[in-house]
Amino acid sequence: MKSQSPTLKILTALSVLLFLAALVMVFFFTPLEETMNYVQKVFYFHISNAWVGMLGFMVAAVAGIAYLVSHNRKWDNLEMAAIEISLVFFMIAIMLGSIWARPVWNTWWTWDPRLTTAAIVELIYLACLLLRQGIDDPDRRARFSAVYTLVGSLSVPITFLSIRLFRTIHPVVIGNGSANSQGSFAMSSPMLATMLFCLFTFSVIFVTLLWHRVRLENLMVKVEDRQMEIL
Amino acid sequence: MLDPTISIKYMIAGYAVVVVIMPAYLVSLLLRWRALKRKLQELEEVAGKK
Repeated sequence: MKSQSPTLKILTALSVLLFLAALVMVFFFTPLEETMNYVQKVFYFHISNAWVGMLGFMVAAVAGIAYLVSHNRKWDNLEMAAIEISLVFFMIAIMLGSIWARPVWNTWWTWDPRLTTAAIVELIYLACLLLRQGIDDPDRRARFSAVYTLVGSLSVPITFLSIRLFRTIHPVVIGNGSANSQGSFAMSSPMLATMLFCLFTFSVIFVTLLWHRVRLENLMVKVEDRQMEIL
Repeated sequence: MLDPTISIKYMIAGYAVVVVIMPAYLVSLLLRWRALKRKLQELEEVAGKK
């Protein structure tokens, strides 16, 4: 297995620096929101984690299509890497949302369209990882995952649009939301700048992690193939 | 307006989640990488003996 490329090393260092810079911006650059004050600062990482989650699920869908067309296992590796990373980030987004909701909505969880669809997305992709483990043949496993991911990806735009299409209490920060939303706030320029910086930072982190995770997946395949050869 | 003393606790809880789960995931990647490297080395040794 090749050692890390210089580009990956640079990307890893850049990700760490950007992450620290994002924390500094959140805590020292953005003003306190008038009504929610401190807990509103959870918003920057909540939205960034959700973005990376959705981005990864869409990358997985594209990789699934690429696998079905080419039958090249590298696409299956990319798909699995993207799903695993997205599951972690999306879970963090859900947890941050829940922590924000407790003081603002006075509840940890409510079966609101956005929260419900987000939970469904998380469970759909978690099930994909679990079900895949039950298939021994690598080609069948990859084909199953590609089709599953492709169908599962329909849940991602539904989740994204749920706060714009349905009656919901989840705030819409960009664009017009439901009249029932609770916890909305007007974004000032420093808030917007920080949000965009966090989105950029998490996108870079996603690419870096994806690269590392694909390397791990390739190593897994190599070990699996070697085992088959020996046995 | 939310009580700042309560609000700040939730903010800390939120960022605690981030700084615990993200490094934990990184550590899991590192541990899996090491375990696979070890396994590959063992397999190479077995193949060499054969």
